[in-house]
Amino acid sequence: MTTPLVVDHTDAPAGEPTRGRMRQVLTTLTGNWVFLALIVLIVVFTVDSGSTFFAVSNFRNILLNASDTMLLAVGSAYLIIGGQLDLSIGSVLVFSQVIGAKVVVAVSGTPVGGVFPHALLGIAAGIVASVVVGAAWGLLNGVLVTRLRIPSFIVTLGTLGMALGLAQVITAGRDVTGLPPQIATGLGFRQVLGLPLPVWVALVVALIAGLFLAKTRFGRYTYAVGSNSEAARRSGIRVNRQAVILFVIMGALAGLAGVLDLARFTTTSVSGHSADNLVAIAAVIIGGASLFGGRGTIFGAAIGVLIPAVLNNGLVIVGVQPFWQTVAIGAILIVAVTFDHIKRTQLLRA
Amino acid sequence: MNDIRLAGKESEPPPRDDRTRAPVLRAVAVSKRFGHVSALREVTLEVAPGEVLALMGDNGAGKSTLVKILSGAQQPDEGQLYLGDEPITLGSPHAARVLGIETVYQDLALADDLSAAANLFLGREHVRRGPLGRLGVLDVKRMRREAEAEIDNLGAHVPDYRSPVRMFSGGQRQSVAIARAAIWARHVIIMDEPTAALGLVQTEQVAQLIKRTRDRGIAVIVVSHSVPFVFDVADRIAVLRLGTTSAVLSPKTATHDDIVAAITGASVRTAAAR
Repeated sequence: MTTPLVVDHTDAPAGEPTRGRMRQVLTTLTGNWVFLALIVLIVVFTVDSGSTFFAVSNFRNILLNASDTMLLAVGSAYLIIGGQLDLSIGSVLVFSQVIGAKVVVAVSGTPVGGVFPHALLGIAAGIVASVVVGAAWGLLNGVLVTRLRIPSFIVTLGTLGMALGLAQVITAGRDVTGLPPQIATGLGFRQVLGLPLPVWVALVVALIAGLFLAKTRFGRYTYAVGSNSEAARRSGIRVNRQAVILFVIMGALAGLAGVLDLARFTTTSVSGHSADNLVAIAAVIIGGASLFGGRGTIFGAAIGVLIPAVLNNGLVIVGVQPFWQTVAIGAILIVAVTFDHIKRTQLLRA
Repeated sequence: MNDIRLAGKESEPPPRDDRTRAPVLRAVAVSKRFGHVSALREVTLEVAPGEVLALMGDNGAGKSTLVKILSGAQQPDEGQLYLGDEPITLGSPHAARVLGIETVYQDLALADDLSAAANLFLGREHVRRGPLGRLGVLDVKRMRREAEAEIDNLGAHVPDYRSPVRMFSGGQRQSVAIARAAIWARHVIIMDEPTAALGLVQTEQVAQLIKRTRDRGIAVIVVSHSVPFVFDVADRIAVLRLGTTSAVLSPKTATHDDIVAAITGASVRTAAAR
């Protein structure tokens, strides 16, 4: 590592490629380290519990429980890679869900003999309302961050309180119920090709988001802005516009997660999403993203979502108190960030 | 406009001190004040295609302000810029780039997490043909191919076109930054202390890059504190002092002492008279 200056120069043409390859291997290894951890978890639980854990129905369950978080983690990954952070996602999810539920109830009409006259229309309107309202919160976050130049951590801490508080004001603290049952049968638990519809939604969103991030100009600008926003600005990239779009995407995904959550439980859960932000951020970081922006993938974030989901499910099946899951996720987060830190300092020493 | 570049593409270096060439970029009587402080006072400066103009001066002499004005980052209070014979107004660095004036900033301005190829094409990406291109899908292979070709053409060395430039040494990163400017500059490249943090060998590489760029018919304005470096690369040396041009010297005739004198203000007249 402490090669003399002269040797460094004469060595450069021959030495660089091998060093580059070593770094690539290192990057790939640590990048896939969490993937291996996921595989190990699955193997361990399978060995311990056999077909109780390793069963299609159980995996279906795991994925269904992870579908909300997956949507939130996809949005968070874009934001974090773009150098921003959104703490308000759980509150925005709740607020959107409340508005969505109100719209569903209002449009579906008064049930006659248990049958809602306009259930499908109501559900469709509720989905649109929830996503649009979520996107509106995202727009507010984005505009505040870029116009007022307040760090997104602070802005979204503020909107976290505002969105949750307003949701409580609107509902007077009571969850919205009385939704048509079709929202559960037709959406929340609807099986399509062996998987619940919310899982398909989460998978398709994650797949498209991953491809978009990796392959398109928009994705590249997201990395560029998060990596060095001044360089991006000098290159003619509209940095503020990019940030606002990322926040809007995040908000819309929170709204979508909110309405899918509504569809599964046929009730809002105003008090049930206070830790969503940290869970989503942890997933993105476990998946190899840098909290300082510029690095990360949707694939990594998806693995970062599945590790807690598998752990939670497996621990219940094994019979360990599920509270240990919280402990384990905390530990995994720290280990992942430590790995990231080591990797980073090794690269910088080059 | 393209013929400027073609004219310089002939391999023979443009004749030095050839004052017959029409300047490509001119600043005429440019002034800039910050509050009560006059950073620049009626500075007039020009650079011709295929010429390397060095800007020297002590800290606070006005070099940075002048560079910012020429690169579009700041606007002059008075005076006019011309590109060829056209009066131009540079409202932003982007506007300058659109006109073919590229700047290599002292802090490099690379996106460290992107590859060399991605940095070269940052803000000017190629997209695929057809419907995928309309979705914004990048033509990564084409960009990498062109990046390699251009960098080879410049004689710069980039170890790896896939790894993030964060992994590169200071000299390699500087090569990427200069190559990026050189590839896109149609008329002028402005370099703000390109060798400030570099060792001897790397400084020599930067000098080579500057000469190759000059040979392509691009005008190069380079800010530097290093007298040997300036003697090596420059065709003319403009020395700023207290916001005005204190001397314009030829490296052929001027000595190290003349430059120091012009920078510090000691016996300016004798230095300028040579």
